[in-house]
Amino acid sequence: MNPAPSIVFFTTASGAGYGLLFWLGVLRPLGWGGGAASSLGATAVVLALALVTAGLLSSLAHLGNPQRAWRALSQWRSSWLSREGVAAVLTYPPALLFLLALWFGWPAVAAVAGPLAAAGAAATIYCTAMIYASIKPVRQWRHPLVVPGYFAMAAFSGAALLAALAAGWDAGRLLPVPAALAALGGLAAIGLKFAYWRAVDAGMPGPTRESATGLGAIGRVRPLDPPHTEQNYLLREMGFRVARKHAARLRQIALWAGFAAPAVLALLALAGAPAAPLLSLGALLALLGVLVERWLMFAEATHTVMLYYR
Amino acid sequence: MTSLPDRPAGAKKLGLVIDLDTCVGCQACATNCKEWNASGHSAPLPDFKPYSAGAEGVWFNRVHSYEAGEGEQGRTVHFPRSCLHCETPACVTVCPTGASYKRAEDGIVLVNAETCIGCGLCAWACPYGAREMDEDSGVMKKCTLCIDRIYNETIPEAQRQPACVITCPTRARHFGDLGDPDSAVSQLVARRGGQDLMPELGYGPVNKYLQPRERSSALTEAKPVEDAPTPMDIPNPLLRWMDRVLSR
Amino acid sequence: MPEAPTPSHAFATPTPNDDPQVQYSPPVGDAVKTTTCYMCACRCGIKVHLKDGRVRYIEGNPDHPVNRGVLCGKGSAGIMTQYSPARLQAPLLRVGERGSGEFKEISWAEALDTATGWLRRVRETDPKRLAFFTGRDQSQSLTGFWAAQFGTPNFAAHGGFCSVNMAAGGLYSIGGSFWEFGEPDWDRTRLFLMFGVAEDHDSNPVKLGLSKLKERGAKFVSVNPVRTGYSAIADEWVGIRPGTDGLLVLALVHELLRADRVDLDFLARYTNATWLIVRDPGGADDGLAARDEAGKPLAWDRERGAVDAALPDLSPVLAGEFTLPDGRRVRPVFHLMAERYLGAEYAPEAVAERCGVPAERIRRLAAEIAAVAFEQPVVVEQPWTDTYGRGHERMVGRPVSFHAMRGISAHSNGFHTCRALHLLQMLLGAVDTPGSWRYKSPFPRPIPPAPGPAGKGAKPNTPLAGNILSFPHGPDDLLVDEAGGPLRIDKAFSWEAPLGLHGMMHTVIGNAGAGDPYPIDTLFMFMANMAWNSAMNPGETTRVLTEKRADGEYVIPHVIYSDAYFSETVPYADLILPDTTYLERWDCISILDRPIGSPHGAGDAIRQPVIKPDRDVRPFQDVLIELGARLGLPAFVREDGSPRYKDYPDYITNHERMPGVGPLAGFRGADGSKKGAGEPNPDQLKRYVENGCFWRDHLPPEQGFFKYANKDYLEQSKAMGLMGKSEQIVLQIWSEPLQKFRLAAEGHGAVQPPDRLRERVRTYCDPLPFWYAPLEHGGQDLAHFPISAVTQRPMAHYHSWGSMNAWLRQIHGSNRLYMARSKAREMGLGEDDWVWVESRAGRLKCQLRLMEGVNPDTVWTWNAIGKRAGTWGLTEDSPESTKGFLLNHVISEWLPAQEGFRQANSDPVTGQAAWYDLRVRIERALPEEAGLTDPHPAALRAPPHMPERPAVLRYNANARAGGEARP
Repeated sequence: MNPAPSIVFFTTASGAGYGLLFWLGVLRPLGWGGGAASSLGATAVVLALALVTAGLLSSLAHLGNPQRAWRALSQWRSSWLSREGVAAVLTYPPALLFLLALWFGWPAVAAVAGPLAAAGAAATIYCTAMIYASIKPVRQWRHPLVVPGYFAMAAFSGAALLAALAAGWDAGRLLPVPAALAALGGLAAIGLKFAYWRAVDAGMPGPTRESATGLGAIGRVRPLDPPHTEQNYLLREMGFRVARKHAARLRQIALWAGFAAPAVLALLALAGAPAAPLLSLGALLALLGVLVERWLMFAEATHTVMLYYR
Repeated sequence: MTSLPDRPAGAKKLGLVIDLDTCVGCQACATNCKEWNASGHSAPLPDFKPYSAGAEGVWFNRVHSYEAGEGEQGRTVHFPRSCLHCETPACVTVCPTGASYKRAEDGIVLVNAETCIGCGLCAWACPYGAREMDEDSGVMKKCTLCIDRIYNETIPEAQRQPACVITCPTRARHFGDLGDPDSAVSQLVARRGGQDLMPELGYGPVNKYLQPRERSSALTEAKPVEDAPTPMDIPNPLLRWMDRVLSR
Repeated sequence: MPEAPTPSHAFATPTPNDDPQVQYSPPVGDAVKTTTCYMCACRCGIKVHLKDGRVRYIEGNPDHPVNRGVLCGKGSAGIMTQYSPARLQAPLLRVGERGSGEFKEISWAEALDTATGWLRRVRETDPKRLAFFTGRDQSQSLTGFWAAQFGTPNFAAHGGFCSVNMAAGGLYSIGGSFWEFGEPDWDRTRLFLMFGVAEDHDSNPVKLGLSKLKERGAKFVSVNPVRTGYSAIADEWVGIRPGTDGLLVLALVHELLRADRVDLDFLARYTNATWLIVRDPGGADDGLAARDEAGKPLAWDRERGAVDAALPDLSPVLAGEFTLPDGRRVRPVFHLMAERYLGAEYAPEAVAERCGVPAERIRRLAAEIAAVAFEQPVVVEQPWTDTYGRGHERMVGRPVSFHAMRGISAHSNGFHTCRALHLLQMLLGAVDTPGSWRYKSPFPRPIPPAPGPAGKGAKPNTPLAGNILSFPHGPDDLLVDEAGGPLRIDKAFSWEAPLGLHGMMHTVIGNAGAGDPYPIDTLFMFMANMAWNSAMNPGETTRVLTEKRADGEYVIPHVIYSDAYFSETVPYADLILPDTTYLERWDCISILDRPIGSPHGAGDAIRQPVIKPDRDVRPFQDVLIELGARLGLPAFVREDGSPRYKDYPDYITNHERMPGVGPLAGFRGADGSKKGAGEPNPDQLKRYVENGCFWRDHLPPEQGFFKYANKDYLEQSKAMGLMGKSEQIVLQIWSEPLQKFRLAAEGHGAVQPPDRLRERVRTYCDPLPFWYAPLEHGGQDLAHFPISAVTQRPMAHYHSWGSMNAWLRQIHGSNRLYMARSKAREMGLGEDDWVWVESRAGRLKCQLRLMEGVNPDTVWTWNAIGKRAGTWGLTEDSPESTKGFLLNHVISEWLPAQEGFRQANSDPVTGQAAWYDLRVRIERALPEEAGLTDPHPAALRAPPHMPERPAVLRYNANARAGGEARP
């Protein structure tokens, strides 16, 4: 599948934003980040909403008729994309309320709005993941680890961002929780993606050229000539292919530079190393890692329509 | 709207039956579809860079060719591919706006060009590659089963069929109600064992494909006449005709 | 032609309320007109729906006898041919060097003045210095007539490089041929064998026919090196080596004779198998039929000895040697024929390896053919009367039918291969019987049709009497001078191609360039892309077109070209006469030329203009008629010198070739009630238009079969002016005209071949079909060029007519070289590799595609997809010129070098261009050579004021006129 930059950026940025919002929405009512650090919370929510909004705007660029995007909110009964839109929209009021509560110091409001915003963030991530996980023609997306993967990426990148922010407040006193979450998130990301890639590489059952044409009874089916000698929308959209070697290198980059390194950096920060630079670097690497992972998520996905082509 | 309509068993299911045993890959269905629909329900069907490198356009029907099996025993098969108007079309249910819909009255899957946002998700959801993005107007288009022909009262009744069917020079395409077990197309499917494409995905395609028939190596049980005299056996094989009495 | 199946039932229109998005009954357009398609040569009837003067939709005309409502991929894309930006806009006069593409637009008055000036000088001095050749032209009855009126013998259409072998082989054997002159009895045949047919003729009728076979479960065998298209749906594919079909057919003949599975009754009644052939080696009558005083061929009657072979009560003896009362020794044709084909060289074992078909398969095919022919006869309960005047209660037929085309025709042994196929048909008794191959009226014709070709004694300002392209009966009819040298520029009807019935367009430019046999002044071409895909060796052709003499004048001083599109040939002409598209003109698919007859009756058709040209262009035929009048050609002016015809429609209506016989056979007579012969009808075209732009006769059922000996049919044909006499047409196993050429080569007769050609004429003018290796293979090291290379025409392109069409060029924008996967493995080549294809004539670079369904010793590609950069309204980066290629670049127009003279790479009997004899070697290109085809000649410059090319084409006839949808 074509890793359209607008979509790759959208899911990375909004995933990180929702991850950040989720952690804050959960941690703040639990007492984390109060008092002197309350401006940290507000800053984090602003960053989260900025990432989410940038991502959503980026996703509009993918549409043929963005001015009609509002229509996408109508079909929540059947469409995960519509549900994602609805969830995203519904997450804004509690998130903004949460921001106000943090900004003006209304702990009671924050205790309600935070979890609501966190729930909204989690729901949106779930809807996003389900858009992909429900596409039957793409076997790599139908894998059971896809949804956990989206959650893990959001949680990991959100935690890494939160840890990096926390390093700049209150002399790092708030750092341990998000740093630990980032480290755990990194490990979870490694584990999940490792398992996912292994499963994907092992081959997955699905339609074949023989079942796509119904010609299997005759023998092995090979394409002879395509309908048209040049490209078309489907080939550009579904026909993207990444070289195995290239993909393997990117996987290593994602696993080690994108997931392991931030986890190690977080552990180092927990162990007392200079937190701000380490965790800032960790957050950047985590975002990069998720970006690479998301790119691969498309680039390595194969669509059944390509069975009809060479 | 993108929830599927309630369609009772036996509801009308208009669709195509495509005979791969007879299709010679002439592309008539593809270009006749293109010319009808260029000015039809989903008009236009734009072509990009039409006179230079990278020419590509919107086509509702594309004809592939394949080889199945090896060597001289194998087959070359021409394979027209278009929307199968599935019974459970995920292209409809994934649509966030309701632009994609399956008609309750005949099962045809259509796109409302007024409300489509051009997100492309339906194309992802279609395993068969039936969705065609019009990147000029930013909306998804697709085979309409020539909805502006098949009911068109300004067209003679015998011609009220999809353009691809009416033009097919080998009569390899058939149109009708596959929901009616007594219809000509249903009977044809039953007789020839018509198949679904990618049945394992469970989309319930309405269009059926008739596979190339078994080829017996000989039509008759004709055996070479091994025991007939050969020129080597008799000095003059022409002798046998010398005395043959013939008349006009 | 089978009737089209009845479409399935229509459905009641749902109420609009159900789905407000859908407009169920929009009118298709605001007008609909019938005419005849010209996206290929198939001549299907079409209905063109118009909206605001633009084409909304083109569909097959359900009432039309050719296509019965269906329309192929090309015909359905006619809109984009109509609106192509490659359409020429106005007359052009060359202002730069030839090939530079520098033209200025001129008025039609200036264009016609210029052409008239050049042509008048030629006609006043030496009319043969005009070479007038038309390409994919369907108006040869006009163009040929015009050339004869001009007085030049140098006229032909493209048949010489297309299918003259098929036409000549058929017309000299059975008085008809495949495609235009006959077709299988699709409704009754049980076994259908197709040889060497890709998509070529006859496109939609063959497709309709194949679907009939499928419906009925008849068996379809395709003999073809490549398994695509029709061959893909064959019940049996015989992947033969190119050029060996004749050998396979004669091995089948061998088997049928060996097993005595031939229809002796049929042979005795309807063929010349009974004729007695004189055995007089070295004598002037050797190999000719023994005849009585009245010139009637003799047969040996069991009781009476030598008698008139046409006696109704003949009891013929088919084998043996006899002595005539005058002492001459004779043998029946059947004897000579059987003797030859029972020879060991035609045994299946002997041919198997060469053909690439195992011997037991050949035997099985023969057995199967015989079983169907003789054990499953088809009976039509229809009495009929033969030419002996005897009534038959029913029509009994042999349901084995054949069709063959280019794959057979385009070889230097193609004429004899076609003859071999017709011999096979005759042996089976499967000619125009129920279930077999059938003639399309007005065929059969006498064998050969009379008279010989016109062209002798061309004089200034004098028309030639007769048809330029006609039928030699022997050496006396050849167009040669006293030394045996050719009179025609292309050497057709000379000793190099005695039966060059369709001319040899592929040699014209080369011969003119070499002044062999003489230089010419003006080359006038219509719709023939001779600077590219219509030429063997286009590089050499363009070299000749741009070559200058010492005095600075071009070797061919004037080139006039008429075409509707900016083809590769346009920049090489001096004067361009832009033609209309097929939707903008009147045309005539004439009974005098290549009509649309069917086994059910004669027929012809017209085109009518359905839209007005939006450019300064004129129909070529109108222009030709005006030029004829300006030049004062007698048939084109009245007594007072004023133009006889206003335009082409006027000519179609009022021209009479013979009294009562004109271009169209339908609706003749003052009131339109006559068919075939009748005085001109001023409303004839109107009547055609009212009838869907065609006319069709319907034969009564008793005339449907055995037309060569069907008394009623032959008499009716004569009455309609379709035939000169109503005698039985005796099918010719033994061809006397060929034997006459052979006798000349042996020194008999006044008209003698030059010595250098004697052996060639003697060898190839064999009265019985035989197989020989393609001539091109003789003079080269086949081990060095081990692979045969052929082309096929794709179903979605008609030669070069596809690349200017925005839709069709998406289907075939470039072409690959297809090779058997097994062969590639053997050679270490892989999918998508770039390779060099080298022949004795040159080399080219292209990209490979591997497949299973191709003879392992053969490679092939689609014909004419490759285009020269800059042409056909395409940008220079188009895949047609960067990845597409022409096999023509490695095909030589000459046979391998011979001593002192050169010979066309053609069939030695007919002059048919031997495109498919090509042998090549293939080598992998270096990695840095990949990506661009070679040769890649410099881009050609477009003429001035060609239309803009839109970046996005949004064709929608329903968009408001003048709106953005206009392409």
